[in-house]
Amino acid sequence: MSGFFALVGRDIRIALRQFSDTMMVIVFFVIAAALFPFGVGPEPNLLARMAPGILWVTALLAAMLSFDRLFQNDYDDGTLELLVIAPQPLWMTALAKIIAHWLTTGLPLLVASPVIGIMLNLEPRGFGVLIAAMALGTAIISLVGALGAALSLGSRRSGVLLSLLVLPLVIPVLIFGAGAVDAAIGGFPATQQLLVLGGLLLGCIVVCPWGCAVALRLAAD
Amino acid sequence: MVSHMDGFSGTGLACVRSNRIVFAGLDFAVSPGGALVLSGPNGSGKSSLLRLMAGIARPAAGNISWQGTPISEDPEMFFARMHYVGHRDAVKPALTVRENLSFHAALRPGPTDIDAALDRVDLAALADLPARMLSAGQTRRLTLARILATPAPLWLLDEPTIALDYRAVDRLRGAIDDHRAGGGIIVASTNVPLGIDDATTIDLAAHAPEIDALWGDESTGEPAEDVR
Repeated sequence: MSGFFALVGRDIRIALRQFSDTMMVIVFFVIAAALFPFGVGPEPNLLARMAPGILWVTALLAAMLSFDRLFQNDYDDGTLELLVIAPQPLWMTALAKIIAHWLTTGLPLLVASPVIGIMLNLEPRGFGVLIAAMALGTAIISLVGALGAALSLGSRRSGVLLSLLVLPLVIPVLIFGAGAVDAAIGGFPATQQLLVLGGLLLGCIVVCPWGCAVALRLAAD
Repeated sequence: MVSHMDGFSGTGLACVRSNRIVFAGLDFAVSPGGALVLSGPNGSGKSSLLRLMAGIARPAAGNISWQGTPISEDPEMFFARMHYVGHRDAVKPALTVRENLSFHAALRPGPTDIDAALDRVDLAALADLPARMLSAGQTRRLTLARILATPAPLWLLDEPTIALDYRAVDRLRGAIDDHRAGGGIIVASTNVPLGIDDATTIDLAAHAPEIDALWGDESTGEPAEDVR
């Protein structure tokens, strides 16, 4: 287990030292969301109606920016080989990297989303559910994105391939995430959507680290 | 052939890269305290053989055993007893020298002595410097400190002397001698004489397939990329 925490700690430390990488994701999130009022017009009611969808789509696209560096740096400098032959299960190694990714990308997105919600005139009733759904959704995005990053390791133009692999897989997150916020705004309970997101998260926790391990082993070979 | 129940051995190994045979029919055996040097021209498969030995890649044919047990049977047990130094340094420029070493040491079981390892490679004075400030030779020394920080009976070293100055090579030779004196096993690939006493040498050029097989898929006329 010491290896697990050492890996999480190392990735967080590197992210903090190279803070611009994390900031870039957040700045992209803010700027992309800020473009919508220019495109669709600054009508407050229209923005309020669209806010949940805009938030989820832009958060997803911002997260996509972070996946290319999830395993790529370790792959390039030879650390990945050493992780593959470290005496601990490779799925635990993958899970440690995913947790560190969520803490350095998902969590900042989660923190930024209410601010963007205010900017887009999101109904006050929606904020609580937005945060709950974002917490579940960003974790799923980290898990699925890591699987895509591991599968596209070593290929040319892996960034494009990664988007093609990951974006279709996270459509359910988009549907239920935005649906939960919509329900809360409309005054309905969002329990069902949140439960579906929770179920998706549990499924991904089982499948994605294991899939990452298989893909990483192939990439190191 | 002698049975090496207590050592590191391989039989009938073959390596295929990009549909080309790099080497085939290769046997090796090292007993505790022994050393094996892999020699051969560039591209003859020295690194590939070390990667097979380390369990990073799987052999196309043949078996590798550690103390009589095939390494594919219980890889984690084998990984815990082996250090591999590849030709890439696995050093993170954003972390300090000590942080880099501590991270790699934490991945492994057993006692850890970071300070002694840094001292041994003469990096103790630079321990708190970010690794991006290091020269190529210092980075290589940091990589070699990894194998000194945690104990493991088997060392697999891919061109360990690259970028090292003669003093560092002397230190490395000293570390290798100490390791062998304690019953450790060394497998090293090298193009320059390392000066390891009574080491067995495998010349990979002798295990290369016939030259016809090396050059070309006749249909495409493309030369083999991995084999020069």
